Amino acid sequence: MSLLEAVVGLGDDALVLGQRLSEWCGKSPWLEEDLAMANTALDFLGRARLLYGYAERLGGCDEDAYAFQRDARAFTNLQIYELPCADFASACVRQFLVDAFDALHLEGLSASADAELAGIAAKARKEALYHRRRSAAWLVRLGDGTAESRRRMQQALEELWGYHGELFAPVAAEARLVAAGVLPDRAALRPPWLEAVTAALGEATLELPAAGWEADGGRQGLHTEHLAPMLAEMQHLHRSHPGARW
Amino acid sequence: MPLFEVFVRPRRGLQHQHAGSLRAQDAELALQYAREIYTRRREGVSLWVVRSSDITASQEEDAPAFFDPADSKPYRDATFYELPSEVKGL
Repeated sequence: MSLLEAVVGLGDDALVLGQRLSEWCGKSPWLEEDLAMANTALDFLGRARLLYGYAERLGGCDEDAYAFQRDARAFTNLQIYELPCADFASACVRQFLVDAFDALHLEGLSASADAELAGIAAKARKEALYHRRRSAAWLVRLGDGTAESRRRMQQALEELWGYHGELFAPVAAEARLVAAGVLPDRAALRPPWLEAVTAALGEATLELPAAGWEADGGRQGLHTEHLAPMLAEMQHLHRSHPGARW
Repeated sequence: MPLFEVFVRPRRGLQHQHAGSLRAQDAELALQYAREIYTRRREGVSLWVVRSSDITASQEEDAPAFFDPADSKPYRDATFYELPSEVKGL
């Protein structure tokens, strides 16, 4: 894996999650949460733009081409980011799992041997710490809430759990960049992540799901059936009116 | 859902000012929503949220008794007094 591919992969993670979060705009439980969700979506969109901008300077294409002119098979985001959320509980659980990862991953990435990547990560980490505070509070509020909210949170956790492993699964192609100190060793982040998540789930009175099937292949462009329809919606305007301006 | 009043301190050295209100389930969520709604364009460096029900407010009918007696008492203003010429630096 080249540095360019690694940067695009991280950009794809941020763009795809930002798009999923933006789907809550207008559909959140109330106005204040609508704004909070949209703000979070914009944080990830902003992060994607920084990463795609860097990718372009590394010899890649421009940000619009990355976002709007690639098919699902060319996206290299991890699968946990592309999953649709059946309900608000599912959105909260996914966000907590990835925010807990982000806080650790961006800390490692902000010490990258690549100064530009380190700078982007340091900026994103401040946002990630706020995101984690927000999603951890929702985890407890709904987990330790009513019988119905707890049931939905536990169900979302069970459904999403298989996708967390990919956050830490070493991709063989990354090994050279990890050895060079450009990317953090994601496998090493698993124990502290599991410790933090276990503690938060305990506070939320939710049960840690049993280990089982684990997703794989996102970084190689292999995706769930959910990514392509999401991209179709996200890309349709740009593809229908190439070069359109307003 | 409970109503909260939001106070934003725009800069260090200035006092918190009432910015508006919002609805939230609890104080932590109210603080987060205040951050999202009232400070996302760098409007502040500190936030207070207070449950609206915890505020004791004067009422419309209190106004004549509370505020009208302050009328026509110019001696309560510093500008009422003539400054002796010996006083410098004010």
